Amino acid sequence: MDINLRVNGAQRSADVEPRTLLCHLLRDELDLTGTHVGCETSLCGACTVLVDGKAIKSCTRLAVQCDGQEVTTIEGLEKDGELHALQTAFREKHGLQCGYCTTGMIMTAVEVIERGWAKDDPGVRHALEGNLCRCTGYQNIVDAVLTAAERVSS
Amino acid sequence: MADRDQPRIVGTPFRRVDGVAKVTGRTRFADDLAFPRMVHLKLVRSHVPHANIKEIDTSAAERIDGVIHFVRGEDMPNTFGILPVSQDEHALAFEKVRFVGDAVLGVVALTEDAAEEATRAVKVDYEELDTIGSVEEALVTSTDKIHEYGDEGNIHKKVSMEFGDVESGFDDADLVLEDTIFYEGNTHLAMEQHAAVAVPEGDGKITVWSATQTPHYVHRALAKVLELPAAHIRVIACPNGGGFGGKSDPFNHEIVAAKAALQIGRPVKICLTREEVFYCHRGRHPVTMHVKTGFKKDGAIVSQHLKTALDGGAFGSYGVASTYYTGALQTVTYKVPRYRFDGLRAFTNKPPCGPKRGHGTPQPRFALEVHLDKAAHALGMDPADIRLNHLQPKNSVTANWLKIGSMGLEECLQKVIDGSGWRQRYGKLPEGHGLGIACSSYLCGAGLPIYWNHMPHTGVQIKLDRSGGVAVFCGEIEIGQGSDSVLAACVAEVLGIDLKDIRLCVGDTDLTPVDLGSYSSRVTLMMGNAALQAAERAKELIAEAVAERLQVPAGQLVFAERRVFDASDPERGMTFSEAVATAESKFGTLGTTGSYTPPRSPGRFRGAGVGPSPAYSYSACVIEVCVDRETGCYTVPKVWIAHDVGRSINPALVMGQVEGSIYKGLGEAMMAESALRRLPKKRSNALVHKFPSMLEYKSPTFLDMPEIVTYLVEDPDPNGPFGAKEVGQGPLLPVMPAVCNAIFDAVGVRIDQVPAHPQMILQALDDKARGGPGRYGPKRFPDVSWGEPLRVPTPDEGGDGKAINAEQVGVRGGTMKEDPEGVKS
Repeated sequence: MDINLRVNGAQRSADVEPRTLLCHLLRDELDLTGTHVGCETSLCGACTVLVDGKAIKSCTRLAVQCDGQEVTTIEGLEKDGELHALQTAFREKHGLQCGYCTTGMIMTAVEVIERGWAKDDPGVRHALEGNLCRCTGYQNIVDAVLTAAERVSS
Repeated sequence: MADRDQPRIVGTPFRRVDGVAKVTGRTRFADDLAFPRMVHLKLVRSHVPHANIKEIDTSAAERIDGVIHFVRGEDMPNTFGILPVSQDEHALAFEKVRFVGDAVLGVVALTEDAAEEATRAVKVDYEELDTIGSVEEALVTSTDKIHEYGDEGNIHKKVSMEFGDVESGFDDADLVLEDTIFYEGNTHLAMEQHAAVAVPEGDGKITVWSATQTPHYVHRALAKVLELPAAHIRVIACPNGGGFGGKSDPFNHEIVAAKAALQIGRPVKICLTREEVFYCHRGRHPVTMHVKTGFKKDGAIVSQHLKTALDGGAFGSYGVASTYYTGALQTVTYKVPRYRFDGLRAFTNKPPCGPKRGHGTPQPRFALEVHLDKAAHALGMDPADIRLNHLQPKNSVTANWLKIGSMGLEECLQKVIDGSGWRQRYGKLPEGHGLGIACSSYLCGAGLPIYWNHMPHTGVQIKLDRSGGVAVFCGEIEIGQGSDSVLAACVAEVLGIDLKDIRLCVGDTDLTPVDLGSYSSRVTLMMGNAALQAAERAKELIAEAVAERLQVPAGQLVFAERRVFDASDPERGMTFSEAVATAESKFGTLGTTGSYTPPRSPGRFRGAGVGPSPAYSYSACVIEVCVDRETGCYTVPKVWIAHDVGRSINPALVMGQVEGSIYKGLGEAMMAESALRRLPKKRSNALVHKFPSMLEYKSPTFLDMPEIVTYLVEDPDPNGPFGAKEVGQGPLLPVMPAVCNAIFDAVGVRIDQVPAHPQMILQALDDKARGGPGRYGPKRFPDVSWGEPLRVPTPDEGGDGKAINAEQVGVRGGTMKEDPEGVKS
């Protein structure tokens, strides 16, 4: 099936099977391997990307569902060679170890910040609950998201 | 050594060197790799737990569009395994399968979907055998053996050793306490599934990229099974998306991908599904333990006897070492003058167990710390004091011949006692609220390598040239713990350059010196020492050349801020790249090496190879719980932990490891379990996972994590680089016992097993209400005939580290054997 979608600002078209998942389209066809697959069951959030501005888990979204939509992946966050505020904050606050969950975590946090949910520690925890990290114990991730939220709003 | 006294990078919370790649998604994990003409591999896995393979019918699978090749077990008859004594795995089973998930056939197709579809079309005819599901069943089943080797029947390994006269110690005791305790198995659940890509080279060689913590051992396994010279195989470890011990074994999928690539001459990739990762397992062993200790009135231990029974699953894996580890480190925290350890590991028809963060030590640590809590109460002591008053001294040798260097546990205990308000709050919190305390210790790398030889455990090579850039080569593997950052920091510190000036080349068996791998918390200490040696040698060369040029004594030169200059006249100097050019002009092409071999340990008995380490880290932990008596549900609102890391190379990374350990520990205490269940007889009686999916296997989320107060205790160890010790594993260990001890303080019942589920608390409360002891836990330890233990006099008894009855006990089974390649004559 032919689909057309915008990925990280560029118009892309692809011929996909009906069963092709968005994460596989991104990783295997478009070579956007920053989107990771962790659980295959919508549980861990490593595959999170933005579709029309909403953070979704791309391991359980069919590529054909995204026809005509705007997809943003981790590769689309840098602007003019500058890291996104979240990317900088994750680095500064040591909000990552192995880095596998990190990209999905950041993509979820993009929406969390934009919707104004990153007001305080409990707010961030609640909003990011659907993303799993097995390394950090989460505290540094919460700190990173709060730091980025503050910088974005000021 | 002026630089070393005042480091500029070491000790600061510098940003990780792999941070930008990881926040941008540019890190190339194994599954992110693609090569021209690459095809995809999937493994057909057994759905029965124990059976002879009668026939594998691929006729239907062959007709599936895109299927191009099958890899068969008969093509790879050589066995492999991580330990030389348990080479019991075939890349593909071709005679029999031993657990649900055992791989029997490789299917290669143009697409992953076609390969997947074909695996389901393969028909395997099995002749089913009886299954063994527990240590108890293994002990009474001598027929239908899972393996043809092992110490007896289906017992893989049985060890028994006694240090000092334990029975007479019990006679001298004021209190003798016995406990039977169970620790359920669990799995690593790294976020990244295992993946590998094998690429055939034009000259008959092959390169295998893999998500592995141990490229060196994958290299060995590939050479053995593929029957190729090791020099013709290149293994490159990709950064691991989490390891935790789960990627420490050589795996069948790596070997099958390599075999397929050689057979068809195309790159072959395999990425396991999450379900398959549960089958690969190598997770925490379920262990039943019995601990009997004699105490004096003041809480001093006079004698201790620990028995452990490990449910090993279907393969040896690290199991021989795991068995010893359930006994080895019990003596390094508190004084245990007489100690007996009996341990066994059984083969069962389940996914193989192996090393997970803490490898074999969290289970007996849980038993010991819960047991001590009970002893304190029986003796009318504060549980903090029974620990504090009887610590193993620094610079000592334990009853089982482990050499202790630095030991910061007293300070760790004081930190968490003060921080938590223990003295004011323990035993005095409102009903349902409680505090628990526990300690732990862990290795900073195993003192002996897996293949016994006299070669270094790690090596670092440095190449410098006129560009001023420094390339550092080491076989270490970044698994998230920060090893790349530690390596870069050690070199940059000595040479006075920035982290950014360093180019790392790691985990590549062709290009980098051997490092044994990211396991046993060995990397910071061992690699760090090797890196320091290589960097000091480079510094020496540069200093000699610069000293000559500037007419300044070499010892007076300082390497800092990317310059080399005269300490007494900082203006007199040159840039680092000019300094390197000066040295290159004088000496020619510049390169240095460093390596590290741990000091020899004093134990000289069979089994003394497991437990020794160049240094031991220490942790103390207090945990607060709130328990609802009506439901048994409990929460952990706060954790205080102190960790003796010797010295932090990077305190932010150290804190991250501590917090990550608490996270993992709480998961193990409260919810994580690799529980298996039997299907009904008519449905094959198979032992299957209850939870081969992240949906069901529980893991703490953002909302489950409490506030953590971390204290770093820095008591530099003379064996560590800059005094550094490990942090990746030790801080996990006290969490589970501290939780159960806190539950006791909260509601007065003992939960003698983990994970501690609400219904266990309810049952224990019910038991107490009926006049029982108020306990939930295993009733008995399996009946085992241990035979005569290996008797080793302790240092206090004037022993020399050797057993006195080695001949009578004889050589039972094997431990680890010499690797003739590298042994000095």
